[in-house]
Amino acid sequence: MDQTLIQTPVADANFVGQPATPTPPEKVSEMEQSFIQARKANVFYGEKQALFDINLDIEEKRVTALIGPSGCGKSTFLRAINRMNDLIPICRFDGNLTIAGQEIYDPAVDVVALRAQVGMVFQKPNPFPKSIFENVAYGLKIHGMTSSKTEMADRVEWSLKSAGLWDEVHDRLDQPGNSLSGGQQQRLCIARTVAVAPKVILMDEPCSALDPIATAKVEDLIDSLRKDYTIVIVTHSMQQAARISQRTAFFHLGKLIEVGATKDVFTNPREEQTQNYITGRIG
Amino acid sequence: MINFTQEAGFGLRRRKRAEARFQWAGRGAILISLAFLVIMFASIIGNGAGVIWQSQIAVTVDLSAEEIDPENIGDASFNSLVKKGLRDAFPEVEKRKEKKRLYGLVSTEAAFEVERQIQANPELLGGMQTLWVTASDDADLYISGQVDTDLPEVKRRVSDAEIAMLDKLLEEGLARETFNRGFFTNGDSREPEIAGILSSLMGSALTLLVCFALSFPLGIGAAIYLEEFAPKNRMSDLIEVNINNLAAVPSIVFGLLGLSIFLGYMGLPRSTPLVGGMVLALMTLPTIIIASRAALRSVPPSFKEAALALGATPVQAIFHHVLPVAMPGMLTGAIVGMAQALGETAPLLMIGMVAFIVDVPTSVLEPATALPVQIFLWADAPERAFTEKTAAAIIVLLTFLILMNLIAILLRRKLETRF
Repeated sequence: MDQTLIQTPVADANFVGQPATPTPPEKVSEMEQSFIQARKANVFYGEKQALFDINLDIEEKRVTALIGPSGCGKSTFLRAINRMNDLIPICRFDGNLTIAGQEIYDPAVDVVALRAQVGMVFQKPNPFPKSIFENVAYGLKIHGMTSSKTEMADRVEWSLKSAGLWDEVHDRLDQPGNSLSGGQQQRLCIARTVAVAPKVILMDEPCSALDPIATAKVEDLIDSLRKDYTIVIVTHSMQQAARISQRTAFFHLGKLIEVGATKDVFTNPREEQTQNYITGRIG
Repeated sequence: MINFTQEAGFGLRRRKRAEARFQWAGRGAILISLAFLVIMFASIIGNGAGVIWQSQIAVTVDLSAEEIDPENIGDASFNSLVKKGLRDAFPEVEKRKEKKRLYGLVSTEAAFEVERQIQANPELLGGMQTLWVTASDDADLYISGQVDTDLPEVKRRVSDAEIAMLDKLLEEGLARETFNRGFFTNGDSREPEIAGILSSLMGSALTLLVCFALSFPLGIGAAIYLEEFAPKNRMSDLIEVNINNLAAVPSIVFGLLGLSIFLGYMGLPRSTPLVGGMVLALMTLPTIIIASRAALRSVPPSFKEAALALGATPVQAIFHHVLPVAMPGMLTGAIVGMAQALGETAPLLMIGMVAFIVDVPTSVLEPATALPVQIFLWADAPERAFTEKTAAAIIVLLTFLILMNLIAILLRRKLETRF
């Protein structure tokens, strides 16, 4: 059963055990209920506290931008959503963070199953040192998502098309992923993430290493992915946040200062700090 | 007026001189070390090159049916046949002492060589045959021109009488130098002229095989666990410090450890490549672990992160993405460790691989010796002709070391992934 069709989002995303079977997400009407919910979320690096009592609602099938000056905790929050912070031994999470109603810091949650359904795109394009095909097929392989070679090839093609990369690479799938240009590499990373049919895609400054033309392509891609995925993007560029996101959350010094519709945050911020940041007076 | 030349001040002349001094000191250091290397190689090659050639003497032996029963070749006394042949060639030699000198011109192996030639080619039987046999080590010294005839007779290994006989043989074309196949196909021997390197070469190969089979998987496994999984706490720090210390422990200590544990406690067969390989594995383990950890650390963490973010388990992330990239570095470390093990002598002495081994070992459970131990044994031998063998064995050892390093470089080039 496709989880996106359920009205009450309780316990539909299956983070415990096997990941859901890959069906290309279907179009459904937007829901009012917030998909990702953080309540009193605190993150500590050893003694140092990086996030303070974050209460944030992220809506399904929207692009939510996290903005704020360097060191404000926006990346830390992003990495808390797929528990990549667990890789840092001294990092500790406290509070509640639910996705589709399920607490992701619950001991029963398998972090592998979580990450299979909450994909991530990194700041620097990081394709595996393998062929383009292998890059996209890797997630399918480890999760055993396809049963035949043709099915895998179809899925790879679908993923590359979703990432708007198919026309550029369809005739050289066997070439190494790092032979592509920076922008193509980043779209390859997005294709790799999309291939395993995640519910959420986290993006950590995906365009900061790209030139303006490549950035425009990735932004178009993000906009087209919005209808199928819940996207959370960290960005330093306020123009980018304004262009691609529907909601914007402003972080400052580990605290969530303001969250709202992007239009409102940029044109009519409630908080003075937000005003100062978007007009360039701090940060 | 602005001055951009050295005369502009700023202490430039003094600074330039210091610069030049340092560069010349560096060039000098390289020159001196190169000179030492050249001297070393020249002396080794100069001493060992003679091994390529081996002297042979032709002996005419009577292979008629009276001497040898064609049905029963093994029963014949080949030793007396060879001696008779030598006496026939030099009828003037009569005194017992002179006869002994005459017989000493050919190797003690000569009789066996005649037998082998007949076994291989029975058609030789039934008449007089001239067969080539190996000359003795002293005769070989004279034939290859290594005897200084200007010295008084008492200071020479070869007496005037022997020189006269050899000169006669050379004149008649009954003595010659041929390619020394025996050096590469024979085992060790008390007689330098037939002593070969094959037994110790095989011993070394088997020992290294055991060593590699043990230390490579163990070392890489330990490195992966320590680098990627082990919690970073006081315990892992302690282990790390101790591994680094182990790399600096003198190898003879590992030999003693092997002696008391592998031989004494576990009762494994002594003098065997199995135990030798185990001891050398202990010795190379720290080297491989340290090199492998460095190789793992040099892999950009982004590969692992990307795999984990896709939902790979940590083991999958490491084996699919980190290990392939780290492999060239790990292999290089392993081969450097193997090269170290190949040249190691002290621990092998401790576990009894210093034995005199004539037979070429074919399994890891047979007594064997190793190349560096063979060099040690030959260098210790009293016969003058063994100096040549020693140098030649060193050349063989160095060749293998260079080959191994070459393989390491080629593997690195081939496997290295660009990212």
